[in-house]
Amino acid sequence: MSITIALVGNPNSGKTTLFNALTGSNQHVGNWPGVTVERKEGQVRHGNTVCRVVDLPGAYSLGAFSEDEMVAREFILTGNPDVVINVIDATNVERNLYLTTQLLEMGAKVVIALNMVDEAKEREISIDEKALARRLGVPVIPTVASRRNGLEQLMNAALAVASAPRNGHVRLSYGESIDDKLAKLTNLLKAGRWDYPSGWLALKVMEGDEYVRKIVADEQSMQRSKEFLRLWDEIAANEDYYQLEIVDSRYRFVGEVTQDAVRRPAVAVETATDKLDRILTHKYWGIPIFAAIMFVVFQLTFAIGQDFLGEWMASAVEYIGEFLESLLLTVNAPQWLVDFTGNGIIAGVGAVVEFVPLIVILYLLMGLLEDSGYMARAAYVMDNTMRAVGLQGKTFISMIVGFGCNVPGVMATRTLESKKDRMIAILINPFMSCGAKIPIYLVFIAAFFPAYGGAALFAMYALGIIVAFIMGKIFSKTLFKGEVSHFIMELPPYRMPTLGTVLRSMWDNVSGFLTRAGTTIFAVVSLLWVLAVLPGGVEPYGPESILGQIGLAIAPIFKPAGFGTWQASVGLFSGIAAKEAVVATLGMVYAGVEEGMELVMSIREVFTPLTAVSFMVMTLLYTPCAATLGTIRKETGSGKWALFSALYSFGVAWALAVVVFQVGSLLGFA
Amino acid sequence: MNYSPLVDLHEGVTCKVARIQAGRTATKRLYEMGFNTGARIKVLKNDRGPVIVGLGGHKVALGRGLAAKMLVTKE
Repeated sequence: MSITIALVGNPNSGKTTLFNALTGSNQHVGNWPGVTVERKEGQVRHGNTVCRVVDLPGAYSLGAFSEDEMVAREFILTGNPDVVINVIDATNVERNLYLTTQLLEMGAKVVIALNMVDEAKEREISIDEKALARRLGVPVIPTVASRRNGLEQLMNAALAVASAPRNGHVRLSYGESIDDKLAKLTNLLKAGRWDYPSGWLALKVMEGDEYVRKIVADEQSMQRSKEFLRLWDEIAANEDYYQLEIVDSRYRFVGEVTQDAVRRPAVAVETATDKLDRILTHKYWGIPIFAAIMFVVFQLTFAIGQDFLGEWMASAVEYIGEFLESLLLTVNAPQWLVDFTGNGIIAGVGAVVEFVPLIVILYLLMGLLEDSGYMARAAYVMDNTMRAVGLQGKTFISMIVGFGCNVPGVMATRTLESKKDRMIAILINPFMSCGAKIPIYLVFIAAFFPAYGGAALFAMYALGIIVAFIMGKIFSKTLFKGEVSHFIMELPPYRMPTLGTVLRSMWDNVSGFLTRAGTTIFAVVSLLWVLAVLPGGVEPYGPESILGQIGLAIAPIFKPAGFGTWQASVGLFSGIAAKEAVVATLGMVYAGVEEGMELVMSIREVFTPLTAVSFMVMTLLYTPCAATLGTIRKETGSGKWALFSALYSFGVAWALAVVVFQVGSLLGFA
Repeated sequence: MNYSPLVDLHEGVTCKVARIQAGRTATKRLYEMGFNTGARIKVLKNDRGPVIVGLGGHKVALGRGLAAKMLVTKE
């Protein structure tokens, strides 16, 4: 036998932890059809039953506020789950039960996982779960998902409910006048053909749900009913009142359910969270502390991920390259294949793989910050600064993620509710200097500013942030005017991060990176190699190759910026495919080596300190890589925005590089 | 009844939500997050950034613009 279980709950209710605890490693991630919301599914065996567990997006309500909410309610209504497990945060039962009332309104078969009962106990909140179960008419099972407590009982209850007929579902009253209209509307709606229960549709119409209203209004048979149209207008005239009254009724119901069943201490126990918050969200200390935390994160990332593991990875890649080459030579493989393997694949994909440790460490640390609850505080302390440039605090989180890689950076903008905020956040994210650009800076720093390495690197990051702020301000005044955006954010209690959750979110990100390395970057690197050796007979990576010709054609554009050579142009060109390719390409065209001291020496000969700076500014800001552009296209749902991003960032980068070179020249730098 | 905007309240003050005068979507969102009429909230932090309030044992940060549109009655 097999059944489908849907997991629903508020954000921060421990739903994901429960999902991981239930399904272990037996899960996969995809996307819901038509939207960018993540779809997580897993499997668990309980007795003889195979359970497919679908983790629905966290939501406060099942309205039409966000894609997340729409996806969740759509699945409950039309995905035919056999049972819905509603995860409830035991420290905040009242608010969490709001969602539960909506599940009951939908007629779903519900089992409640009263999660984090240990934390509730610590805060001296006492909960009579038997009374709750009796009043709600559904089983209520106390759990502590992070310690796997109560999971057995939860699954037993879920299976029992799944096989039983629909449980006695509680009817809410919304007050006489609404109940009356609701009954009439439900009756009239029965004449139509819907994918949803008519009672639920009626309720949503009264609640002013735009999505449902459109479905109902578009139905032909409804248009013909005079009685329906009259009622429709009556409802429309009072919609604001109905909307708030219905929400209030749900809270009244929750109030009745929790009466005497949930007791809190008269004076809230001061928790460690309160103490920590007094420091971490401090008026003056909040931002410096945040900056210090980020500084440590980046230091650790580079120290462990780059200097230590990265070096190790680089020698491993080198070793594999040499091994493959000698292997190919012993089997008498043709020379082009040896070249392609060594200069194309190993040089190109290898250069990318060397960054895997860096990305692993960065995501582990970010995962720790996220899971501990600190990220919400970071958004809080940055909100004022961000508001000054027309953005909001949450945008800064996506920018930080962008320091690792712009692809997840752009994806992290999903937490922004307003379209305006989200579009701006997406468009400025590529200015965040991603990990793949670091090797470019490192080569130029080694060539010209070896004594000021740290400061130069810091300056590049700072410039990226400043440009992002300026562009954000410009966008909010021009392209995306209006639409006031509000900052509403729950600050979850600090928690000890669970290793499983942190590792899993790290793996989700890293596996995406590896997939790209194996597909997009592999393809790009192969193509670059082909362009570099064709037409036959030319010197590979020479000016006569196709790649060289492309470089020569582009080069004049960069003359005002001081680096109008075909080699520099080719480097930038390959960087549009993947920023990792810039150093590898420069190495091939300048020195016939991938990287290392020889490249640094030849860079020192062809660049000057001034052109080095303008080239670094260019690489920092110009057109995002193909993977980022692809993500922008997906997240904005339009190729136009991806194209816009590609062009405007090129323009910004070029203009700044020119300013650096021209002003620098005037001031007498060389 | 004396309504005052949440943003004007000092830290440590407890109050009840009376009316929210934000846009329709934001108002409903706040309602659904627990800021319904009569909900008891406590101002935990109100300095320069968003106002942090305690609501049913949880903390929610509200932008200052929004906090200006939430009318409350002091207890």
